[in-house]
Amino acid sequence: MKFIPDPVGKFFHRMASPPHFYALAGQMIPWLTGIFLVLLGYGLFAGLYLAPTDYQQGDSYRIIYIHVPSAWMSLFIYIVMALAGAIGLIWRIKLAEIMAISSASVGASFTFIALVTGSLWGKPMWGTWWVWDARLTSELILLFLYLGVMGLYNAIDDKRTASKAVAILALVGVVNIPIIHYSVEWWNTLHQGPTVTKMDKPSIHISMLIPLLTMAVAFKFYYVIAVLQRARLELLHRERTSAWVKKLVMEQNK
Amino acid sequence: MSIATFFAMGGYAFYVWTAYGICFLVLVFNILMPIRQRLSFLQELARKQQRQQ
Repeated sequence: MKFIPDPVGKFFHRMASPPHFYALAGQMIPWLTGIFLVLLGYGLFAGLYLAPTDYQQGDSYRIIYIHVPSAWMSLFIYIVMALAGAIGLIWRIKLAEIMAISSASVGASFTFIALVTGSLWGKPMWGTWWVWDARLTSELILLFLYLGVMGLYNAIDDKRTASKAVAILALVGVVNIPIIHYSVEWWNTLHQGPTVTKMDKPSIHISMLIPLLTMAVAFKFYYVIAVLQRARLELLHRERTSAWVKKLVMEQNK
Repeated sequence: MSIATFFAMGGYAFYVWTAYGICFLVLVFNILMPIRQRLSFLQELARKQQRQQ
């Protein structure tokens, strides 16, 4: 009994082969960067210039265009990292392990950006840089989870073992994701409730929503670019004694 | 809207531009670091290979 037809299986096998992935990622990055820069350019122009000033928060609300997409990415990347970790754990696919650990530093960066921009937005609006409310605290725990994943991976020399340990830590940490998402509804937080993802009708004007969604898509592209760059480095490290890396270096030496 | 009023951000210039500046720095750093590390690692491998020959 075969569930996966031969050409599809062959396609995935080829995709997951390290030399093929390394070359393909290198070819894709310039295109992805082009798309990212166009989206970023429009998102920034529309967010900082075209979008009207908020009637309550003035121009300080414009931090939303990096704060909210970063916060979304911090959750999204964590889920991707945990899923890749689980795939690596179950099927022992090397590339999944590499995607999991490569996601950690990008995810940590977005979590850091979400916290810092939130702080810079909170100061003029709430009068404080930081408050231990549920949303802020659970997002800070997310940063520690990312840092824990990175630290654990670096602490174990055998990278196959390190990947297993990291995947388990990442999977346990998934419990934090719904806590962050629902924190503004479950607890009485200083952080405001959701404005975009409300099921009935988003309480944000279309002229503010479009730049926000553009930035969110731009950040998705950024994540792919950054994770591929990390993955290429990680792949070279792991495969440094393999024939394809030797061939790559030899061609470079010519 | 003049350039000056744009950069003034209705009096919130410090908060808005600091937020965007930090975001920009972190995102650029995240791309440049792995590229630099990969290129220097490739050079290191090349040196090792030449020594062995």
